[in-house]
Order: sequence, then C-alpha cells, then structure tokens
Amino acid sequence: MKIAVCIKQVPDTEARLRVAPDGRWIDEADVPFVINESDEYALEEGLKLAETTGGEVIAISLGPERVREALRKALALGASRAVLLANTAFRGGDALADGRALAAAIAREGCDLVLTGSQSDDQGFGATGTVVAGHLGWPHAWLVMGVEVEEGGASLQVTREMESGTNEIFRMALPAVLEIQAGINHPRYASLKGIMAAKKKEIAEPSPADLGLQESEVGAAAARLEVLSVGFPESAAAAQILEGDAVSAAKKLVGLLQGEARVI
Amino acid sequence: MTTRIWAVLQQREGKLHRMGWEAIAAAQRLADELGGSAEAVLLGSEIGDLAREAAGHDLAAVRTADHPLLAGYTPGGYVATLAAAIGAERPDFVLFPHTYQSVEYVPRLAQAIGAALVPEAIGFERGEAGLVWRRPILTGKMQARVRTRGAGPVLVSLQSGAFSADSRRPGSAGVAPLPVELGAADLGREVLGVEQAGGDQVDLSKAEVIVAVGRGVGGADKLAPVQELAALLKAEIGASRPVIDAGWLPRDRQIGSSGQTVSPKLYLALGISGAIQHLVGMKGSTVVVAVNKDAGAPIFKVAHYGIVGDLHEVVPALTAAVRESRAAG
Ligand SMILES: Cc1cc2nc3c(=O)[nH]c(=O)nc-3n(C[C@H](O)[C@H](O)[C@H](O)COP(=O)(O)OP(=O)(O)OC[C@H]3O[C@@H](n4cnc5c(N)ncnc54)[C@H](O)[C@@H]3O)c2cc1C
Repeated sequence: MKIAVCIKQVPDTEARLRVAPDGRWIDEADVPFVINESDEYALEEGLKLAETTGGEVIAISLGPERVREALRKALALGASRAVLLANTAFRGGDALADGRALAAAIAREGCDLVLTGSQSDDQGFGATGTVVAGHLGWPHAWLVMGVEVEEGGASLQVTREMESGTNEIFRMALPAVLEIQAGINHPRYASLKGIMAAKKKEIAEPSPADLGLQESEVGAAAARLEVLSVGFPESAAAAQILEGDAVSAAKKLVGLLQGEARVI
Repeated sequence: MTTRIWAVLQQREGKLHRMGWEAIAAAQRLADELGGSAEAVLLGSEIGDLAREAAGHDLAAVRTADHPLLAGYTPGGYVATLAAAIGAERPDFVLFPHTYQSVEYVPRLAQAIGAALVPEAIGFERGEAGLVWRRPILTGKMQARVRTRGAGPVLVSLQSGAFSADSRRPGSAGVAPLPVELGAADLGREVLGVEQAGGDQVDLSKAEVIVAVGRGVGGADKLAPVQELAALLKAEIGASRPVIDAGWLPRDRQIGSSGQTVSPKLYLALGISGAIQHLVGMKGSTVVVAVNKDAGAPIFKVAHYGIVGDLHEVVPALTAAVRESRAAG
C-alpha cells in the first residue's frame, strides 16, 4: 500500500509561550518545535501498515522551512520520501485551505491511504484531515484507535473512539483517510542507520502551480477564518496559591484540606 | 432579511445529548444579538418524540430529518442530509455541539458546501471587527479571537460548557420535516459494533479521593512516591491521557472525555496542564488541588488550591505533612 502521512510541526507542550509583536500568533523565536503528538502515532501506524502490506510511506507537511526537521525525522523513522509545502503562498491558511493544498499534493502521489493525526496541539482545528478526505472524495474516520486491512486489501476494519470509554467498529472501503488518535500504538525511535539513510532521501517542495492550484486557492488568500488576536485567558488563577518552598506549601495545603475543606 | 440560525442537536438511541441544549442557548443568544431567528435541527430515524422535546423552546421551528438510514450516525449520511438541507434553506449560521460526532463530520460538511468553519468556539461578541468568535489554541493555554471571511453559511461548533444550557428560553415551536434523500452508498462506512475501550475493571466514579498524574510526572519509574501518597490518603490513582498512551498506567485509569468521569471529594492533579478533554472528566470534583511547575497552567483556573512547584519535591512533602499531622492529630 502507498500511504501518505500528514504531519505538522507544533510548539513543544513545555514551551514558554509569548504573544508575537503583531498580536496575531505566538512569537516563534526560541520556541522548540516537535512533531504533533497524534501525528507521531499516525506516522507509526503508517510505517506498520507499509511493513505488513509491503508498501511505502510518504510524509507530507505544510509549514515553513523549519518543518524540514520534522520531515527528516519521519524519513529517519522509515518514510521513503517527503513533500514539504513551504512555498509562502501556502502560509496563513485555515483547515479548509490547508486541506485543499494537502489533498492536491496527495492526489499527485496516487496513494491508497492517507493517515493524519486527529488534532494539532497548536490551532487545534481537528478538521484538516477531514477536509483532505472531502477534496479527495474518499471516506474518512476521525479518532481512529485501530486499523486492520481486510482480506483482499480493498477494505479496512476501523476502530474509532467515542465519548466516555467506548469504541465503534466499522468497515470502510479503500482508498480512505484515517485521522489517528494518540495511544493507538507505541511509536518507534529512530535508529542511527535510519538517521544516516534519511540524509539521502528526497524532500520535494512543490509550489501551488506544481499541484495544479492557483495561489488564490491556498494559504491566507483562501482562508475563511482570520485570526484577529491571540492572548492568555484572563484570570489565569482562580486557585488559592500556597506560597513558600515545597515543604511549607505542603504543610499549608494539608492544614487547609483538613480544616477549611475537610476532605482528608 | 433576518439572520437564520440553526442549532443542530445530537441524539443517540432515543436520547438527546445535553450539549444540544447549550447549542439552543447559543442560537437564541446569537439570534438576539443579530436580530434573527433560531431553529433546531434533528437527524435520526423515528425521532418524533425527541423533536417534541426540543420544541419546548423559544424557537422559530424544529426541523427534523427523519430517515431509516439516519437511525445510526454516519459521517456520510449526516453530511449528505445537512448539505442538501442547508443548500435549500440557506441558514446563515449553523451551530453544533463540539462532540466526537460533530468534529468528525462538520469539517467535511463545510468543505462540501463551501462554508466557513469555526471549530470549538467558546464565545462570541459583536464589535467594530464585526462578529468575533473566541476559541482555544495551544491545548487551551491560549485563546484566539477569530472572524470569518467570504460569503455563505458559517458553521460553528461550540465547546462543552461554553454556553449555559440553563440560559435557554422555553417556548413552543412547531415541528416541520426536512426532505431526506439517502442511499446506503452515501454512508461511507458499515457499522459492525460497539466495544468497551481497554476494559473497565476500575470504577473511579465512586472514589472519594483521587490522586491523578499527568505527563509532568515524567515516567512510569517515577510513580512510586505518588502511589505512596495515594495509599496514605486511601485514594485511587487516576491519570491524564498521555500517561496512558505512553503505557505508564493502564487505560482504565484515564480520566477525561475519552476516559472516566469522576466527582470525588478531593482531586489532586499532579503535573496535569488542564486541557478541556481532561477537565470535562473531573470538574465535578468538590475540591481540586493542582501541583504544577507552570504558574500559567490552565488547571489553576479550575483548582481551589494550588502549589506552583516541582511535583517530585511537593509529593514527598505532602506525604510527610499528612503523616506529621496525623501523628499530632
Ligand atoms: C479527542 C481527544 C480526546 C482526549 N481525551 C482525553 C482524556 O480523556 N483525558 C485526558 O487527560 N486527555 C485527553 N486528551 C488529551 C488532551 O487534549 C491533553 O493533551 C492532555 O490532557 C494533556 O495531558 P497532561 O496535562 O498530562 O500533559 P501536558 O499538557 O503535557 O501537561 C503536563 C503538565 O505538567 C507540568 N509539569 C511538567 N513537569 C512537572 C514537574 N516536574 N512538576 C510539576 N509539574 C510539571 C507542565 O507544566 C504541564 O502543565 C484528548 C485529546 C483529544 C484530541
């Protein structure tokens, strides 16, 4: 199976966040970036499926040049090629614009299956993979916690998470788009050999025209959602913060839980 | 022309999802704000009773898409039905509860009909910039103010609890059907069954005290001091999702939207940032204590008491303080 895996690079969850001078996004200077959590699981699932079906994984990402590092990591883990949509025309899109661009890049590759994460830890739209499916005209599923290729290779049995601890199981025809939920597998680590091999693998960088798209169809030009400003939620702390070093704060807390709150 | 606002309700096996009431409240507020009318929309099979329940609100109408192939939810069935209905009726805004169901199909609906999409809105206001929505970014650590551009309907999903169901106005609305044309080929999947995810050996819903760990605990090998504190407090251990995904604790310890919902007397959150998917599982707790090294962590917004610090220092200190006070007790 030829599998496209869409990955996004996002700020590390531990990153110190500051608002950028223009107020419309975070200041990315000094922020460590990592592969989005659920995308790592999507990549692992793609690599596993490629191994069992004798196929290959193509890693695709939309983002600025720094994203090369994330794609290199995907190549080191076992993807055979990568595609980076870093042309400035792709910047500033929403899920609808980015989904269109990614779908066009995938269509050019002629894949049987597309895997994405279920939600990004930066914008958190939870929508881009679904929009990709819409553009390709393929069935899709969100929050996938299990994938099995059925006999004959024309369909999948998919396990999907639902609210409060239940899963739904269904059959889907291929080609399809699956948006993978964190926890579906145990992502591998890159080997030294993989890291060396990745250096020789290709990262293509198509422009909108290469994908058969107008510049007006992608990025900020096509986005239907415009960010006016970002900021921290007001009243960050409703909690009574107990000051002091660990020992004195702990003593105060235990006193309050026994006295005021009466819960221990 | 007045602005038309739809609230699409969610139902399953003869019951309306409580977040549908929040969507009705939001639709009524938006209608007040923009001088428009609010309607509720319900999809399913043999949903007359549910439609009558929804009709007990101040709405211009309840519209029902009633069809055997809508008996169970499928993204294909819902997208095809709503795309046709929106195309024919031209509502300006369509509001959805932001649930595992709607997140799966609403983006595809937006793509199919050329609508703008505002995922997971937590509020709106009208000002110089027009109608501005607020939504969480960076897993709830920050928020963005956004507005939509271009013509056509705007689809908005509403985060759980963002609009209070109690604020919805009762009334009496008529029920009117929406035409549905569906074939089995539209559904996009063949549902085979439902299973319990990862076992339900541990029932945390009855626990009086829960000590919950997040990614900040740093590894399975660092759990011993937490377990010691939990034993001392006769507490159950709980965890955020990444702890489970990493295999540090079994799946039946997970608390949150895809885990268990708990309401203990005391909930101790150690190294948990406080993402909405975690908060929905524990916000019913009587007293919440958060220990986190980041003073800006959203968990401090729902906590009653907080300690800003390294949990690896605070947890042993708490154990010692409990022992000391009991010895003195
Ligand atoms: C559809 C969906 C369903 C989900 N369902 C759930 C669910 O059911 N339950 C759930 O919990 N999540 C769920 N999530 C994931 C959720 O969005 C968050 O990613 C998750 O809750 C974050 O877990 P965390 O707080 O442990 O980790 P992080 O967000 O990484 O936070 C770790 C925290 O630990 C602090 N920290 C680090 N080191 C220390 C230290 N030494 N001492 C003190 N503090 C420290 C950091 O400051 C940080 O605040 C779901 C996500 C999706 C998309």
